[in-house]
Amino acid sequence: MIEARRLCKRFKDKKRGEIRAVDDVSFTCQPGQIYGLLGANGAGKTTTLRMLATILEPTEGTAVICGHDVVEAPEKVRANVGFLSTATALYPRLTAQELVEYFGRLNGLGEATLKKRVDDIFNRLDMNSFRDRRCDKLSTGMKQKTSIARTLVHDPPVMIFDEPTLGLDIMTARTITAFIRECRNNGKTVIFSTHIMSEVEKLCDVIGIIQSGKLLSEGTLAQLRDEHHEQDLEEIIVKIIAPHYASSETN
Amino acid sequence: MSMRNIGIVYRKELTEALRDRRTLISTILVPLLLFPILSVGFGALAIELVGKAKEETPKVMILGGLDSPAIIEGIKKLEKIEVIPTADNWKDQIINKEIRAAVEIPSGFQGDVAAQKTSAVRIYNYQGEMKSEFASDKIDKYLKSYLDTIVKQRLAAKNLAESVLKPFEIKQENVAPPEKVSGAAFGGIIGYMVILLCMTGGMYPAMDLTAGEKERGTMETILSSPISRMHLVLGKFFLVLTAALATAALSVLSMGISFNVLSKYTTKGGTPDPDAAALVLHLGLKTVLSVFIMALPIAVLFSAALMTIALFAKTYKEAQSYLTPMTFVVIIPAVAAMLPGVELTSRLALIPILNVSLLCKELVTDTYHWNFIAIIFLSTCVYAAVALFLAVKMFQRESVLFRS
Repeated sequence: MIEARRLCKRFKDKKRGEIRAVDDVSFTCQPGQIYGLLGANGAGKTTTLRMLATILEPTEGTAVICGHDVVEAPEKVRANVGFLSTATALYPRLTAQELVEYFGRLNGLGEATLKKRVDDIFNRLDMNSFRDRRCDKLSTGMKQKTSIARTLVHDPPVMIFDEPTLGLDIMTARTITAFIRECRNNGKTVIFSTHIMSEVEKLCDVIGIIQSGKLLSEGTLAQLRDEHHEQDLEEIIVKIIAPHYASSETN
Repeated sequence: MSMRNIGIVYRKELTEALRDRRTLISTILVPLLLFPILSVGFGALAIELVGKAKEETPKVMILGGLDSPAIIEGIKKLEKIEVIPTADNWKDQIINKEIRAAVEIPSGFQGDVAAQKTSAVRIYNYQGEMKSEFASDKIDKYLKSYLDTIVKQRLAAKNLAESVLKPFEIKQENVAPPEKVSGAAFGGIIGYMVILLCMTGGMYPAMDLTAGEKERGTMETILSSPISRMHLVLGKFFLVLTAALATAALSVLSMGISFNVLSKYTTKGGTPDPDAAALVLHLGLKTVLSVFIMALPIAVLFSAALMTIALFAKTYKEAQSYLTPMTFVVIIPAVAAMLPGVELTSRLALIPILNVSLLCKELVTDTYHWNFIAIIFLSTCVYAAVALFLAVKMFQRESVLFRS
């Protein structure tokens, strides 16, 4: 389970002064559920997800993931989390297998367990044809599969995806969305951010709309439609964020 | 502290480094080739050139002296000198290296000598040009022996002993063995080379493991794994240190082999040539080990400092522009140690880089001042520890890791 408690992240910028990238954000995401975090560029999605993955430390507030506090026990949190984003690249000079094994070892897997897990994942994702190929020689689709294998190797109960399909072709994007769905079906807690409305409609159980670092609205797709008397998700989001968008642009 | 995690990161970084052409060139290829090229290549070439220059029969012109046949005959009889007919443009011929020297015998020289009048014989040469100086040296030597003969004849004519003009002799003698002489002359360069190569060896991996990782987008990937940042930075640090030490070790090894090969050029028919031996450094196993041990803390200092600085950069290129000036920061004290007269004092023993460089100069001449060795080793260890502490701290700063 993910429980964000009044998360705040402030950055100092020489020109703009203090920036509140995330401002008092709280939400809960249950196991077997996909939580979609939506918002414009610079709304605070990536910063929120990075705080949940303990890559960034909250300025105020905290989050509890699988019973571990992100501030007090970041290493225990990371052992329970699989984090995937377009920014999480692969080591170019390692082979696909070496890369997955590396992350397995960092997650504390013993050699026997690791071998079994790697074989299992490579079979499941149909990766055996390129397991000994260096990552810099892989196609985009192969790279995405390797990234998925990396996040899965320690079988984490929580998955965090930050715009995982950004810039990918339709076939590769489908592999990712199928994988996200599979994670939910396996009872994992999933949170992901995206710009693509069709993905949200297909995948998300709960939607959180964020702008200027604030969580402005939250609910199931049906609840949001009822609340805003609108069927089209894009229109709903525009209605919610428009008043805040203008002020954030000015800032 | 989990040594397992540090080991996992180290092994992975080592695998990647061994597959990186740039790292292999700077860590292995450069130190292995630099010394043979510099020492064996240039050294052997210098020895060969000097030998050839000595063996050349230089062309020499005699100006004037038609009324002094004895001295002219003497010069003409000299071995390995070719006297060619006089020409008006003798000066240009020397400058253009067509002839090596010219000797001017003043008019009435022989008569003046007989009348015991003083006159001047001039040798014209091209100063700084080796072959020209060899030619003028040969003539100078002959003229001095001619002068000695005349003096002896004059003393004999007056029934005076030779010691009248030479009440005593002055002789300078070197008591240092040839290896110490060469050590004092060229020892400074050893420390300089080892320090510089330690730095260049660690430079590429340091950039690749920090700024390179940011540029490739793998920093976020690794930070999302459960490894602590301290273990991560230590794993990376040990790889950079390995590269720096491998470069230093290979350079010392290649240096030892190079000088060994070079010493073969300095023996003439099985017997050592003392002149040439002074041109070659003799490095024993003890010296090589001592230099390497002193390079250890400096390699730690460089590795940590290079990583700390490179981590600020967002890209490999940016890191290069930060670290290139660092090379000068290292070169200046290393070169200062090579200046004649600069010797270890307790104050200089505290200046990083300069101290190790000066110490290497002493170690090469087989001199061991244990108090300085202790001060330098300990102070460099302290500087290295501070640099490593900074590197660990930097890896924990979000503003550095995610600088945009």
